[in-house]
Amino acid sequence: MSDIAIELRGIDKSFGLVHANKNINLTVRKGTIHGIIGENGAGKSTLMSILYGFYQADRGDIVIDGNTVTIKDPNAAIASGIGMVHQHFMLVENFTVLENVMLGAEESQILNTSISKARVELKRLEKEYALEVNPDALIEQLPVGLQQRVEILKALYRKADILILDEPTGVLTPPEADHLFRILGQLKDQGKTIIFITHKLREIMAITDEVSVMRRGEMVATRKTKETSVEELAELMVGRRVLLRVEKGAANPGEVKLSVENLTVRDGRGVTMVDNVSFNLRAGEIVGIAGVAGNGQSELLEAISGIRRAVGGKVLLNGKPIDVTGHVDPRELRDRGLGHVPEDRHHVGLVLKFEEAENGILGYHHEKRFLNGVFLNTKAIQADAEEKIKKYDIRPPNPRLKTANFSGGNQQKIVLAREMERGPDVLIIGQPTRGVDVGAIEFIHKRIIEMRDQGMAVLLVSVELDEIRALSDRIIVMFAGRVVGERDPDATEGELGLLMAGVEGRKEAAE
Amino acid sequence: MSNPYAKLPAWAEYILIPLLNLVVAFLVAGLVVLLVGENPLDAAYYMITGAFGRGEYIGFTLYYATTFIFTGLSVAVAFHAGLFNIGSEGQAYIGGIGVALACLWLDKTMPWFVVFPLAIIGSAAFGAMWAFLPGWLQAKRGSHVVITTIMFNFIASSLMVYLLTKVLKPLGQMAPQTRTFEAGGQLPKLDWLMSIFGLNLGNSPFNVSFLLALLAAFGVWVLIWRTKLGYEMRTMGHSPSAARYAGIGEARITIIVMMISGGLAGMMALNPIMGEQYRMQLDFVQGAGFVGIAVALMGRSHPAGIIPAAILFGMLYQGGAEIAFEMPAISRDMIVIIQGLVILFAGALENMFRPAIGRAFASIGRRSVAAAQTRGA
Repeated sequence: MSDIAIELRGIDKSFGLVHANKNINLTVRKGTIHGIIGENGAGKSTLMSILYGFYQADRGDIVIDGNTVTIKDPNAAIASGIGMVHQHFMLVENFTVLENVMLGAEESQILNTSISKARVELKRLEKEYALEVNPDALIEQLPVGLQQRVEILKALYRKADILILDEPTGVLTPPEADHLFRILGQLKDQGKTIIFITHKLREIMAITDEVSVMRRGEMVATRKTKETSVEELAELMVGRRVLLRVEKGAANPGEVKLSVENLTVRDGRGVTMVDNVSFNLRAGEIVGIAGVAGNGQSELLEAISGIRRAVGGKVLLNGKPIDVTGHVDPRELRDRGLGHVPEDRHHVGLVLKFEEAENGILGYHHEKRFLNGVFLNTKAIQADAEEKIKKYDIRPPNPRLKTANFSGGNQQKIVLAREMERGPDVLIIGQPTRGVDVGAIEFIHKRIIEMRDQGMAVLLVSVELDEIRALSDRIIVMFAGRVVGERDPDATEGELGLLMAGVEGRKEAAE
Repeated sequence: MSNPYAKLPAWAEYILIPLLNLVVAFLVAGLVVLLVGENPLDAAYYMITGAFGRGEYIGFTLYYATTFIFTGLSVAVAFHAGLFNIGSEGQAYIGGIGVALACLWLDKTMPWFVVFPLAIIGSAAFGAMWAFLPGWLQAKRGSHVVITTIMFNFIASSLMVYLLTKVLKPLGQMAPQTRTFEAGGQLPKLDWLMSIFGLNLGNSPFNVSFLLALLAAFGVWVLIWRTKLGYEMRTMGHSPSAARYAGIGEARITIIVMMISGGLAGMMALNPIMGEQYRMQLDFVQGAGFVGIAVALMGRSHPAGIIPAAILFGMLYQGGAEIAFEMPAISRDMIVIIQGLVILFAGALENMFRPAIGRAFASIGRRSVAAAQTRGA
C-alpha cells in the first residue's frame, strides 16, 4: 500500500464558457491534513464537488488507494470512503443527533433495530475520536460548533477515511474553531486524511501539513506548510505581492454623529435580535462591531438604515432623531447624510441584472444630478460611473457591463464608490470584504481609513475578527443581541473571542 | 459554481434561443396535426398563405397583432416590476366601456379624430381603474395579484353582461351590444399604408389603432429604460430587497405599475370596438388578454420583441382560421394547442436548450482559441 490517499490527475471542468478547473493535479498523503487555499472563484469548491460526486469532471482521473475510481454521485463518493462537511450544514433541524447521523444510512426497514445499532456505533465513534455529543439532543437546540461535530460524525459513521471540510470555520467563534482544530488533529492521529478548504491563511498555517494554492481554476503550487509563509501563500493566491497589514494613524474623533440609545429589534417571529443596544459614533473614528454571524449585527444595521423597523429605542443622526420605531424612508436618511454599504451586496446593495452604471445610482436615482425631469439623464449617469470606475479601479472598466459579470471585489467597489463618493457624514458598512479577493481587500481597507481621516464616522460590522481589529478605533462586541463589551483594537484575540462566545460578557453583565 | 449558465452572445440570447423554442413548438404541433390524420406540411402551407397570401389576409393578421401588442405590453410592463398581471383580459373588457362611452356620446356630432383621443383616454382610464383595485389590494393588504386579477376577470365578465343587457343595450334590440356607432365612432382603415406596399386591404379591419399600438410600444420602451419610474420598477422587479434598500416605495410602485398595465390592456378595446365592429359586443376581448401573456413571454418583455411576437400570434389566429376552414379534421382549438406549446417552450422551458447552446459556444470558442495558438506557433 502506498502512502497516497487520493490523487487527482488532470481534472478539467467547464461550465459553458467558464473554465472552472484547468488540468488540476493534486496528491494528498495518507494521515495528513492537506489545505487547499484560494480566493473566491478560484475553483476550490468546484474541485471538491467533483471529488464528492456533485459534478462530473470533463477530463481527468481520480485515484483512491491506487485504484482509479469513477464518482458519479455522492453515494459513490461515500462508498469510496470520502466524507464531506459542507459549509452550510446538511442537517434536519428537528431531528435528533442520532436520527441525523443515520439518515440515509438506515440498515433495515424497521427503524427500531437501526436506531439501536446506530446508537452503539455512535457511542463507539464518540469514544474513539473524543467527539462527545448527546445522541438524543435535537439539532436545533445545539450550538453551531456541535452541529458541525454532528456533520463530522455523520461522515465517520459512513466509514469515511478521507474528510473534506469546506470553509469549516466561517460560522465558528475563535474558541470553537480551536476546538475543531484539536478534533482534526485527533482524527489525523487516528490515520484519517483531511482536506481542509479555506481562504484564511492563518488557519492553513495553524493546522495543515501541506497546502495547495489555487488561482483562477489552476493549481499553482503545493508547499509543505513548515516551509512556507503567510506572505508567500498570499502572493501565490493573488499572483502579486500584497500588503496584509493596513497602515493607519491614530483616530481624531470629533463630535457625535450617530447616537444609538436602547435600540431593540425583533425579527418576524418576535424573537429579540437586538436587545437594548446603546453606543455613540463620532466623526473621524471607526467603530467595529464584532460578533459571530447571527448575533444581531445584521438587524442592528438594518434598523439604523431604515430597512427594518425597531420596537424600541432612539437613534439620532447628526443630533436629529430617526423614527426607527415608525416609518423610515431610506431615501430620506441618505439625504440626511447616512451612507450604507449593506452586508448582502447581491440581493440588497446591487441589482445584479443591472448595468454597472445603473447600480451606480441605486438609492440616489431621485437626485437632480441624475435626472432630466422624469427622465433619467443617461449622459450624467454614464459620466458619473466612468469617474468612479477610474477612481476605484473597477475592472473591467465598462459601465455598460451587467453587474453580475463583475468579480466579487469589483462588485463591492461599485457599492463602496456609490456610498462613499456621495460624502455622507455617517457611513455604515456591513461585511466590507466578504467574498472579496485579497487584492481588493487591501484597496477597500485603505479607502475606509481614508474616509475616516476625512472626518467621516464609520460603523463597521464584520464577522472577520482580523478585519475588525485591523480597522477599528474601538471595538464593540455583540452576543445574543446585546453589547457584551467594548475594547480597544489592541485587545487580544483570545479576549475578544471569549466575549464573542458570550463567556466574558455574562460575567461583566453580572458585575 | 453558482452560475452554471454561461453568458451567451446577445444574438444567441435574443434571437437564436426564442427561434429554437418556436421551431420546437411548431414541430410538436406538427406531430399533433399528424395525430389527427392530416399532413402537417399542408397545414403549414395553409397557415402561411392564410396569414400572408393576400393583402386582405395580411390586414387581418395585423389587425389581430394590434390587439396582441396592447395586451402583450400590458403584461410586460407588470413583469418588469415583478408583478404577474393575469387580469389584462378583464382590464381590456372594462376598457371597452371607456371607448363605448366616448363613441356613444360624440359619434354623431364629432369627427373620428376628436372622438379617438377621448376614447383612448376613456379606455386607458377604465382599464387602469380595473387594475387599480388588485394593485391596491396587493400593496396594502398583501393579496396576491395573480389571485385577485383572475377573480377580477370574472367580475368584469359578469359586470359587462349586466351592462350590455340592461344598461348599454338600446331598447328593443335582441343582441347584447350597444347601438352601432355613426361615422365619428369609426376609425379609418390603413389602406394607404397597405397600398404603399402595393397591397389591397380588402375587407380586413386593419385600422389606425395599429399606429397607436406602435406608439404605445415606443412609449413603454421609454418608460422602462429611460425614466426614473422605469428604473424604480426594474429595481423592484429584479430585487425587492434592493428596492427597499434604495428607498423605493413598494406599495406606490405596485399600484402605479398595475394601473399602467391596466391602461395598456384597456386601450386594446379600441381596436375591435372602434376599428372593426363599431359597437361594443359581449365578450369582444376573446382571450386576447391571455394571449398577451404568451406574447410578453415570447417577446422577453421587450417592446422590440413584443411586436414580432404579436404578429406571430396574429398569424396563428388568421392562418389558423384558414387551416380550420381547409382541413375539417382540425378545429380552431388547434390554434390554442399551438399557443399552449409556444407558451410551454418559450416560457416554462425557456432554459431547456441553454446548457447545450452554452456548451456548443464554449467548444467553438475554445477551438478557435486553440486554432489561433497553433497558427501563432
